[in-house]
Amino acid sequence: MHWGAWKIVMKCVFRAGMEIGAWQFWREIYGLRIKLKTDMDQSAQKQEERREFLKKLAAMACGGAATLVPVGAGVAVMLDPLRRKAGAQESTRITTLASLPADGIPRKFSIISSRVDAWNRYEAIPIGAVYLRKTEDNHIEAFNVACPHAGCFVDFLPEKNSFLCPCHNSTFAINGKINDPKSPSPRPLDRLKVQVIDGEVWVQFQNFRSGEREQIPQA
Amino acid sequence: MKFVTDWLDNRTGYKKLVHEALFENVPGGARWRYVWGSTLTFTLIIQFITGTVLWMAYSPSSQTAWESVYYIQNQMTGGWLLRGIHHYTAQIMTVLLVLHLMQVVIDGAYKAPREVNFWFGVLLLLLVLGLSLTGYLLPWDQKGFWATTVATKIAGISPVIGPALQKIIIGGNEYGHHTLTRFFALHAGVLPGSIIVLLVGHIYLFRRHGITAKQPYRKKDAHFWPDQVLKDAVACLAVLATVLFLVIRNSGAELGAPADPSESYSAARPEWYFLFLFQFLKYFPAGTEVLGAIIIPTLLLIIVFLMPIIGRWRLGHGFNIGFMWALLAGAGLLTYLAKEEDRNNPSYLLAVKDADYQAHRIRTLAQSSNGIPITGAAQLLREDPLVQGPKLFAKNCASCHRFDGHDGTGSLVKDKQSAPDLKGVGTREWISRFVDPEHIVGPQVFGGTKFKDGKMAKFVLREVAAYSDEQKDNLRKVVAAVSAEASHPLQRELDSTQSKIIEEGRELASNSMKCTDCHQFRNKDEDATAPDLTGYGSKTWLREFILNPKHERFYGAKNDRMPAFQGELNHKSIDLIVDWLRNDYYRPGGAIQLKE
Repeated sequence: MHWGAWKIVMKCVFRAGMEIGAWQFWREIYGLRIKLKTDMDQSAQKQEERREFLKKLAAMACGGAATLVPVGAGVAVMLDPLRRKAGAQESTRITTLASLPADGIPRKFSIISSRVDAWNRYEAIPIGAVYLRKTEDNHIEAFNVACPHAGCFVDFLPEKNSFLCPCHNSTFAINGKINDPKSPSPRPLDRLKVQVIDGEVWVQFQNFRSGEREQIPQA
Repeated sequence: MKFVTDWLDNRTGYKKLVHEALFENVPGGARWRYVWGSTLTFTLIIQFITGTVLWMAYSPSSQTAWESVYYIQNQMTGGWLLRGIHHYTAQIMTVLLVLHLMQVVIDGAYKAPREVNFWFGVLLLLLVLGLSLTGYLLPWDQKGFWATTVATKIAGISPVIGPALQKIIIGGNEYGHHTLTRFFALHAGVLPGSIIVLLVGHIYLFRRHGITAKQPYRKKDAHFWPDQVLKDAVACLAVLATVLFLVIRNSGAELGAPADPSESYSAARPEWYFLFLFQFLKYFPAGTEVLGAIIIPTLLLIIVFLMPIIGRWRLGHGFNIGFMWALLAGAGLLTYLAKEEDRNNPSYLLAVKDADYQAHRIRTLAQSSNGIPITGAAQLLREDPLVQGPKLFAKNCASCHRFDGHDGTGSLVKDKQSAPDLKGVGTREWISRFVDPEHIVGPQVFGGTKFKDGKMAKFVLREVAAYSDEQKDNLRKVVAAVSAEASHPLQRELDSTQSKIIEEGRELASNSMKCTDCHQFRNKDEDATAPDLTGYGSKTWLREFILNPKHERFYGAKNDRMPAFQGELNHKSIDLIVDWLRNDYYRPGGAIQLKE
């Protein structure tokens, strides 16, 4: 439990202890007072006040404890998603090197992989998409198609040789960099790890947090 | 009777309550400007009724949400009407909320002692907008899915709590079952529950302080019942008429194609009354989006909340009215700009057209006798050759080939055509172009390939061009025979009624027509130098050919630039292209058979 909450609980316990102590103390005094037969009315009134206070405290404590359990259980389940971590995807085979045009024009490919949706596990379904392109020095670049701004899938416009997000008009150059400083996207298209093994292109697919300046994996 | 009512009153005290409710004094008499609150209560009741019944048929999970809404919309008696009423009442409600708020501000009904009630009202407005936002996702169609993706990712950029908030809202890292169950719990439980509580408070406070009568009084005071109630009822009827008009004009609420997180949706837009926020975001460059998405809207909302306090100032009331009008004009302008930009954006219009087409197609598929599989409707669409074929063709084939002159999806291609047009591949019409001197070296056949100077082209240009009528007749029979190899779905009737001609054609092809001089046809031929005509244009033939055109059975070493797609495209994708090219997909009422 949170420290602040502990502090409140401790305070309540301490206060209750004090009250019980005080009550016994007053009972002693009360005994004495019968003997002394002085200030009897005042003492009775004070005792009544203490008793009232205790009753209120007990009512609140019982009521609070009774509500706390269902609320606590509810909140725990409601916050369950915070415990779910996005596991890193394994590398997926996308295509052959030969299928990527030499002129550097990007091609879009679906990522076919398994996906768990709460109680279901899907095998071999599309879970996302990437743009692959061959650079001039024969490197392969891979971009996640999701716009880093708000997650819509960007389109490649061959006539403008750039990417455009159909939602809020973020534009990216063919190498994924931000094209226009006024573009709403906070960062370039998200780059993914690519490996070329025996003429085949493998990509480690990943989604990243939207709206951040840096490329932070979803955790 | 009186005995019964007296007994009940003695036990409950209801008469006083009813009296208070009905005979409240309306200073200056009933007026039309007082109807907005009642119309809103009315729309809320409509939403509770229609929503509860929709709930009886709705199933929130990523495999069943779209499917159950489809069932409500297309299969259940009056389902389209019920859903239509719910959908359009939600939209009308937003309009009524704005009218109600404007009337309250203009008439100064937010001033002391009605501040708390004003705040209740603003909270109610936010809760109703929350209902719209959550309800938009529930059909789990592409439109709702992508709009929600954007909205929740924007929630994710909130300072500090953003990422955690986003995770709690969508129920994990990915959009799926738990996004739906959560949105549904909010839409049908938390939000309506809160609305009921606040609305009871709102009406109680309204009655406590009485109506803010508009000065000067036009008539003498009246009771709420029946004077104002009549006006309210007429207004509610007008609201209902508007809703019904919208429902019928648009034949119910829209249901797009099922959500697919991997399928881009360039037509993604929020509901029209959130368009101004959507447009607003476009003006915030990198790093400042939190300003446009969260800070400025929150500040504006705080000003609205503070109106009762601002109103105490001498010029406060004037400021408040001016502020509301400015806010409304700003939102109106942004909405107009968003609409205008979309209207002039051809790729957006194309995306909308494609979305409409997919929505139509999935309805057709769902209505077929196979119905919707347990894996959900998105699967149906992913495995439909008619939807996927053209896209795959455009991506993988259209830089060389064409389909009826375009790239399969209807767009023209920049690159020069260098391989045959594949529309109707395997049909008699298509095959006859290969033996037609007019077409053989044309762009639709061998024009762009090295085969325009090949043996086949020479044969057609020299020999076939000089054919006698009898030979031409024989050639038609050969075409029929070769085409029959494809078992083309559009030619089934033709092939079966002309089985004799096809039989003759097979004979001719092997003998007098010289086809088997180069091609293998129905008999094993080790010396064949041209593509195998056995099974030509059939599903297996095309699949094998696409996988490896350099195979001896096809072009062998003579292959001209056609790449082997083995390893590059999976078999499923190849089959989708082949099935689409062969018109081998579901059509209601069966395929339209080709005539000779």
